[in-house]
Amino acid sequence: MSILEKPNYTLANKPDGVEGTGYFVTSLDKAVGLARKNSLWPLPFATSCCGIEFMATMGAHYDLARFGSERLSFSPRQADLLMVMGTIAKKMGPVLKQIYEQMAEPKWVLCMGACASTGGIFDTYSVLQGIDRIIPVDVYIPGCPPRPEQVIEGILHIQELAHNESLRRRDSPEYKAMLNEFGIE
Amino acid sequence: MGMTEAQQETIINAINTHFNHAVIKHEVLYDMFTVTLRKDAVIPAIQWLYDNEEMKFRFLTTMCALHYPDQKDELGMMYQLHSLENNLRIRIKTFFPKDLPVMPTLTGLYSAANWMERQEYDFFGVEFKGHPNLKRILNVDDMVMHPMRKEFPLEDQTRKDKNDTMFGR
Repeated sequence: MSILEKPNYTLANKPDGVEGTGYFVTSLDKAVGLARKNSLWPLPFATSCCGIEFMATMGAHYDLARFGSERLSFSPRQADLLMVMGTIAKKMGPVLKQIYEQMAEPKWVLCMGACASTGGIFDTYSVLQGIDRIIPVDVYIPGCPPRPEQVIEGILHIQELAHNESLRRRDSPEYKAMLNEFGIE
Repeated sequence: MGMTEAQQETIINAINTHFNHAVIKHEVLYDMFTVTLRKDAVIPAIQWLYDNEEMKFRFLTTMCALHYPDQKDELGMMYQLHSLENNLRIRIKTFFPKDLPVMPTLTGLYSAANWMERQEYDFFGVEFKGHPNLKRILNVDDMVMHPMRKEFPLEDQTRKDKNDTMFGR
């Protein structure tokens, strides 16, 4: 599905497969994708006001739990999704990179707000001008700060990526070359 | 907290007597008595204000480096002292040339000066002689500039997308 199409989201769509009485056959890719999509464990790396907006997203009103992401992981080792929310100072850069490296594959990165994406209004000597200078980013959410609805849409886009990703993607030479560009082994 | 004229006079005379006419300038700026001293007299003068049984300037409110690019002695240091007992405040300034940004440390008198001097070293490149641990405190260790000096641009120089066409400069 194109990222621009308005997707018709349901909790979990049944993948293509062969069905009969008492059985359902599909490919491993699709079954794993379905599982990953609906149980993303986000690691919130919140440094400023975007983090406050994220707290609203986790709260009862917007309720990110509806999308299978209620289990926040505060350890990178048990997280699939790194959510970077807020200004990243240059001094924080190596910390963020280390956290990314500590996450187990498969992992996705969601970059929330103007500061994390581009440095935002902080075009200054001490602020990292976008986290994509040190780690690869899957989805950017624009805004300063973005509204919780936008965060939810960003997570849904990450879900689509997780859902449709080939099981072999993370072993491909292209993926390794991409990581090498960031100086990650 | 404003000092009376008599009190100002006492301080100026005392510093001039004890430290060989070290007062270059004195004025009242924003209700605070401000003296500009010769560099060599600053630390002894602060020590004298600390030790003086009447004044008792025993609290270092703050300190910071200054940079006036149009001045002959471009760089400077500013110290603010507070006498808690008499509720008096004083600001002490000194200036020195940019190619010799060296100041004696104040850490011997105030431990609070330790981190503040590291910050001024970090942002203005003022070298504090005698400081126990003079290294950068806020910026990344591999930074080569002292970003608060006026000759360094504020904006991040690695941005390629911000050019004059887009930003009307």
